[in-house]
Amino acid sequence: MRFAISLLVIVAVAAIIGTVLQQNQPYPDYVFEFGDFWFQPFQWLGLFDVYHASWFLLMLAFLVVSTSVCIYRHLPGILRDIRSYREHASLKSLRAMAHHQELTLQTAPAAALEQVQLWLQQRGYRYKLHAREDGQLLAAKKGSMQRLGYLLAHSAIVVICLGGLLDGNLPLKLQTELGIKQVELRNVPQSQIPPQSRLSEGNLSFRGNINLAEGTAADVIFLNAGRGYFVQELPFSIRLKQFHIEHYSTGQPKLFASDIEVMDRATGKVTAGTVKVNHPLIVNGIAIYQSSFGDGGSHLQFAVWDWHGKSAKPVELKATSQTTQSFDWQGAPLTLEFGDFRPFNIENIGAEPQPGDMAKLLQDARQVKAQKNVKNLGPSIQFKVRDGQGQAREYLNYLAPFESEGRYYLMSGVRSEVAAPFAFVRIPLDEDFKVDGFMQLRAVLSDPNAWPVVARRMADKAEHDGAISGPFRKEFEQSVGWVLQRYSEGGFAALERFLGDRVPEDKRQAVAQTYIKLLQGAVIDAWDLSRERAGEAPLAVDEKRYRFLMDSLVAVSASFDYGSGFYLQPQSFQEVKSSGFQLTRSPGKDLVYLGSVLLVLGIFCMFYIRENRIWVWVAEGRLLMALSSNRRDALTETEFDTHRLAMAGIAGPQEDSQT
Amino acid sequence: MSTSTLAAKPLSKAAQPFWRDLRLGDHLFAAFVLLVAGIVFNRYHAAMDGYEQAILAGATLALIALGWFWKSVRVFFPVAGLLALGGIALYGGDLARGQSAFWLKYALASQSAAMWMCVLFFLATLVYWGGLLRRSATLEAIASGLTWAAAGAAVVWFFVRWYEGYLIGPDIGHVPVSNLYEVFILFCLITSLMYLYYEERFATRRMGAFVLLVVSAAVGFILWYTFDRQAHEIQPLIPALQSWWMKIHVPANFVGYGSFALAAMLGVAQLLVAKGWLASRLPAYETIGEVMYRAIAVGFLFFTIATILGAMWAADAWGGYWSWDPKETWALIVWLNYAAWLHVRLVKGWRGNVLAWWAVIGLLVTTFAFLGVNMFLAGLHSYGGL
Repeated sequence: MRFAISLLVIVAVAAIIGTVLQQNQPYPDYVFEFGDFWFQPFQWLGLFDVYHASWFLLMLAFLVVSTSVCIYRHLPGILRDIRSYREHASLKSLRAMAHHQELTLQTAPAAALEQVQLWLQQRGYRYKLHAREDGQLLAAKKGSMQRLGYLLAHSAIVVICLGGLLDGNLPLKLQTELGIKQVELRNVPQSQIPPQSRLSEGNLSFRGNINLAEGTAADVIFLNAGRGYFVQELPFSIRLKQFHIEHYSTGQPKLFASDIEVMDRATGKVTAGTVKVNHPLIVNGIAIYQSSFGDGGSHLQFAVWDWHGKSAKPVELKATSQTTQSFDWQGAPLTLEFGDFRPFNIENIGAEPQPGDMAKLLQDARQVKAQKNVKNLGPSIQFKVRDGQGQAREYLNYLAPFESEGRYYLMSGVRSEVAAPFAFVRIPLDEDFKVDGFMQLRAVLSDPNAWPVVARRMADKAEHDGAISGPFRKEFEQSVGWVLQRYSEGGFAALERFLGDRVPEDKRQAVAQTYIKLLQGAVIDAWDLSRERAGEAPLAVDEKRYRFLMDSLVAVSASFDYGSGFYLQPQSFQEVKSSGFQLTRSPGKDLVYLGSVLLVLGIFCMFYIRENRIWVWVAEGRLLMALSSNRRDALTETEFDTHRLAMAGIAGPQEDSQT
Repeated sequence: MSTSTLAAKPLSKAAQPFWRDLRLGDHLFAAFVLLVAGIVFNRYHAAMDGYEQAILAGATLALIALGWFWKSVRVFFPVAGLLALGGIALYGGDLARGQSAFWLKYALASQSAAMWMCVLFFLATLVYWGGLLRRSATLEAIASGLTWAAAGAAVVWFFVRWYEGYLIGPDIGHVPVSNLYEVFILFCLITSLMYLYYEERFATRRMGAFVLLVVSAAVGFILWYTFDRQAHEIQPLIPALQSWWMKIHVPANFVGYGSFALAAMLGVAQLLVAKGWLASRLPAYETIGEVMYRAIAVGFLFFTIATILGAMWAADAWGGYWSWDPKETWALIVWLNYAAWLHVRLVKGWRGNVLAWWAVIGLLVTTFAFLGVNMFLAGLHSYGGL
């Protein structure tokens, strides 16, 4: 008993460790977290997969064995107890009981006995009459099932553990230990995985995963095993026809569902069905669950825009998400690694925080309808651009324009470290909601041949306005050309660098102001020029268009930190979704459920049935009543009092009426 | 003597089939519950699947059984239920009326009822303490009434909120046991009702001061959660929670949590009595121990059922009845803890301070399994996060 309790305590402690330490993570994560020194002993102790560690399973096995032994030892005694009325109890032992009462019997023993029987029957007792030399003993009992509770509860634990064992990975573990099976650590196509890492479809129980893109099928799943995996063959092939996702108006997901077809490999019979969260499809005793979803390789089309060259024309690019393709950019061999395509990006912008006075707070507390401010930012694609040296930057480009203060932008995020947040470049859209206007302007700003033209036009205007005259005109044009050149080399940052290097500190402010003014003026003429080049009529600059030009300056400047010389503008897509399934075969489930029923019954019997035994011994002029209960509490006292009164009634008036 | 306080209700003279003990009130109550269930079935059976219809039938029978077992329920549930129906009728299918119709705005809209519940529980706690310290039976009776009223407000909250969800959107409505805010009110309701039962059963109101402390703590949390986090807003169910299992798993669990919390507070009271503090005011040491045992026995049974239901749900939702998910593992630890507690009391015959301390520590373990796991450990059961 003490041993079992200590085992239970160790199991509980181990279980706690397993919840605090995240289980079954990739090993490098653990090394990173604990360092090399602790990683080794932790791994040796199996702390990264406590619940399947040999010592843990061994302890569970020990518990099962010791509980079984316990049941085996107590079973005969309990069965005997349930059957027996203990009608052979001696008077001495009855008198030794805490609850007993001896009375003088005024009536005939036979009549009294009859009354006692009637009374006990009424109270729901079963009894046995035993005539013996010293009189008659009526042995009664009620609630014998209480004793059964112990058996039920303890066998439930054994049954549940056996069911769990059946569904656990113990056989696979043994086979791995013996070298019959081997964990596959490599990342190779499924067909190349050797037989010692494959499990046949006859495998009794398993739990594995498979990810399918729409329109694809598979007849194997992968079982996670420590650092690697096994391939589990299935008796059928499973094909994903379509994956559905629905959202509530508040943006939260409402439905994940996969339409699938399951074809039996032996008979060719096809079962079609829909798998939803909470609604698995069960085929041949194998349950198919909806467990995840994602992008299954969507077809994408991009316009590739040059950030720095003279051309304002895009190049077409076709790609598929979740794939890698090589890409030649102005002679440099690059790799484009396309990641997730997301058809929607629902963001909670959040309700505006309002100054909360008490009345407002109370009013909010009464409202059950959420005031959500959600926004769908539309489709996005994430990808990496890797150069010949293996250096990569990651990008996140949105297809739909993003609105801010009445103006529209295309957003492109960039980061050079996986953990870093994306830094976004906002590319302003022109009046036709196109990116072309900006790109034409950008091409002019990058074109050295255009700078003198822009400078001349600007000088013309300045002269016309009387701001400059004859001798200064050349200097002015030169300054404009110089600022444009600097800007085209590195945006605002290049101008700033020049200021820092060449201009004394006390003059920087003033010079910077001048540069900005020149640039702000020049961009208007550059825009006119860009429209001329595109064969479009010039437009008068109003407030809105001026904002567009300023946004363009900011965007061009940001392009110098963009990291790649081009911008991939998502243009259209054809979505292909993927769905992740978990497939399990768990023959132990029914056993576990049976055990659970036994457990509840057992607990009920143990706590809510009380076993009472009553003995009434009757002889000429004497009546002895004794009561024993498995529970010694107030209810036992009440029960005893009730019987004592009844017996006193049956026995008749006592000489010393002390009861 | 302790026996007399314990044996407040003597056993009936002769054990006879329980239906012979039923009085007119019992039959009326049963008829009323059946009538209500019949109306509900008639109106909504098309929207319920077979399991949900079974749950409705089960809940109907359970409520009737509860009313027969504990007579006060025969008044409590019809009154609270009619108030809830009144609230629903006042809405008239328009959620905006919650902010304009007088009775909804100040009493029967779910959030107004929740606020009343909070206020009444706080008041009840204060009055129970007043009654305990001043040895005033009147104050204790008032406190008891306040607790009943608070529980009634929680019932109104439950049904009206259920209805309000559907007013927000036909796909949004669901039984309000789906997130931390909702289950905290469920916790307050169940804990206080269980306490009220023992109060009647053992004919003493002196444990209320302690039990209501834990309810008040929960109420404090509810208020913070409402005002600081707007957690009271009705959210639609994510796919993982769209299951009829939720309707039985969650309430069963909270009978467990509620009774463990109740037992822990009695443990505190018992320890104080053992030290001689408030000893003359609180019930006898053994009485408190007895109630504590009963609470844990009920809680353990329900917690076992809830955990099994959880495993069965997991078999439908997570791909396996047991995955050693932190929530599952901590449920097992809680289960083992109280199994050991009951074992030493029943088999080894332990009594006294050790069990009281153990019940208090048990509440800490339970609280971690309930809240801590959601807050600190990553896992599948991440529905009740803060």
